Amino acid sequence: MSAVLEVRDLAKAFGGISAVNGVSFDVREGEILGLIGPNGSGKSTLFNCILGQLAPSAGEVRIDGRAITRMRPCDLNRLGIGRTFQLLQVFPQLTVRENLILAGQEHRGSMWSRLVGRRDAGLGAAADRMIEFFRLAALAAEKAGSLSYGQQKLLDVAMAFMAGPRLVLLDEPAGGVNPTMLAGLRERLREINAVDRATFVVIEHNMEFVMSLCTRVLVLAEGRIIAEGAPAEVRSNPRVIEAYLGG
Amino acid sequence: MKRLLLLLLLIPLTATPFFLKPYGIYLLSLWAVMTIAAIGLNLTLGYAGQISLAQAAFVGIGAYAGALLTTQGWPLWSAFLLATALCFAVGWLLGYPALRVQHHYLAFVTLSFSTLVFLILRNEEWLTKGVYGISGIPRPTVLGWSTKAPVDFYFFCLGILALVSLATWWLVRSPWGRAFTALRENAIRAASLGVDTRRYTLMAFAVGSALGGIAGVLYAPLVQFIEPTAFALNLSLNLLLMVIVGGSGYFLGPFLGAAVSVLLPEWLRFSEGLYLILYAVFVMILMAFCPSGLLGLAERLRRFPR
Repeated sequence: MSAVLEVRDLAKAFGGISAVNGVSFDVREGEILGLIGPNGSGKSTLFNCILGQLAPSAGEVRIDGRAITRMRPCDLNRLGIGRTFQLLQVFPQLTVRENLILAGQEHRGSMWSRLVGRRDAGLGAAADRMIEFFRLAALAAEKAGSLSYGQQKLLDVAMAFMAGPRLVLLDEPAGGVNPTMLAGLRERLREINAVDRATFVVIEHNMEFVMSLCTRVLVLAEGRIIAEGAPAEVRSNPRVIEAYLGG
Repeated sequence: MKRLLLLLLLIPLTATPFFLKPYGIYLLSLWAVMTIAAIGLNLTLGYAGQISLAQAAFVGIGAYAGALLTTQGWPLWSAFLLATALCFAVGWLLGYPALRVQHHYLAFVTLSFSTLVFLILRNEEWLTKGVYGISGIPRPTVLGWSTKAPVDFYFFCLGILALVSLATWWLVRSPWGRAFTALRENAIRAASLGVDTRRYTLMAFAVGSALGGIAGVLYAPLVQFIEPTAFALNLSLNLLLMVIVGGSGYFLGPFLGAAVSVLLPEWLRFSEGLYLILYAVFVMILMAFCPSGLLGLAERLRRFPR
């Protein structure tokens, strides 16, 4: 399988502190890659460097062989890369449906055509399907700010898929989500991966979620990759146990 | 229901001037003009979340464009075209600092711009006649209809306000309105969803400023004499007050806010020397207990039993 995402020698320093230190890896098409490691190991900084939120100090990022380093986040999204953030990032004053329409509208036509065109940018039906898919139908007309934390988390993830991305980077999607909702979220992600062949990179501390969802796992510690392999392999790796999982 | 409510609002707006003296009609016209300027600021600040203390400068640019052209015999529509284009372009440029700074820093950038425009209006006498101002600004004749009489000019202002309101209503309900809201609530998340936050920020400034310019073009023939101090910081703060008091980010906020700012002090004149004190106390209480403005208060009351 070809590499959708290639990261080469990526580094990011904040003053004298090296948050990401020469990280290289590939993500293959259709893969669900887990990215784990202790707090402060550089996982979110790595995401932010890949996705243009932070300018890397060194290194290169490629999507389908095309260099995207330092590209703006909005342009990266239009290339088919979606993401979620570690902290909840929905738009509280918009309804659930409007949040989803917003998440896809900028992929429809030009800025001017969006001004004179349909109010829902032709995404009403797609938003309704996404609402059904993520079991949010009863909340479609509610303002996102009035939803529970878990429901907002589901909406946050759903928004990342509205534009039909090829590659989605999920930063702690399971954080603060109850077990029942989490099982549902895992099923939704598996289904999107199987049906749409979407590729995922998932940062997560919930080991059960990572091990049951991901096909391959990378372990980051102090800004470097210390282990890589199938979930079972990584779980029994002595370096990973020492640095992150514990005895 | 909302349309019915809007129609019911139109009845007093069209009937009231026939029962008022010229000063009352002047105040209603001023309300319509200031509402247009506040709608522009509401777009920039209320919807897109970009603070601006420069709206008075754009009203000034529009007013001087209108006054200079119409006193030279040009028709008012040419002033509308020039002021809209000029304010759109200058507003777009003023948006660039907003790409780097936000909140009170941005407020100071826009405040500096406002001061710069004031100084140009005051000092460049060859163009603006400086502190002497421009007088004898004519009121237009539109398709044979003379708007010289106060009541006619009021309906002209009301017509322009209706057009501006319809256009803004369309804009805020379009995907642009959603993108502006996203920009206000979380620009980083918006960008990650493909929203070109840079272009929308500039557009929010440009469109809001253009509406300030349109208000200025109407202001000049309303008062028929303009001079620089009318467009100083005081007006910018007043327009900001209109947006905040009415309800920042609510479509009808500027209409209510302008009524409070333009009409309420006049209604309080029964208290003679106390009217400005009463007005200040009203604004302070409102802001202390309902920072989301009158429409925010109405929404809270509507949701109260839930």
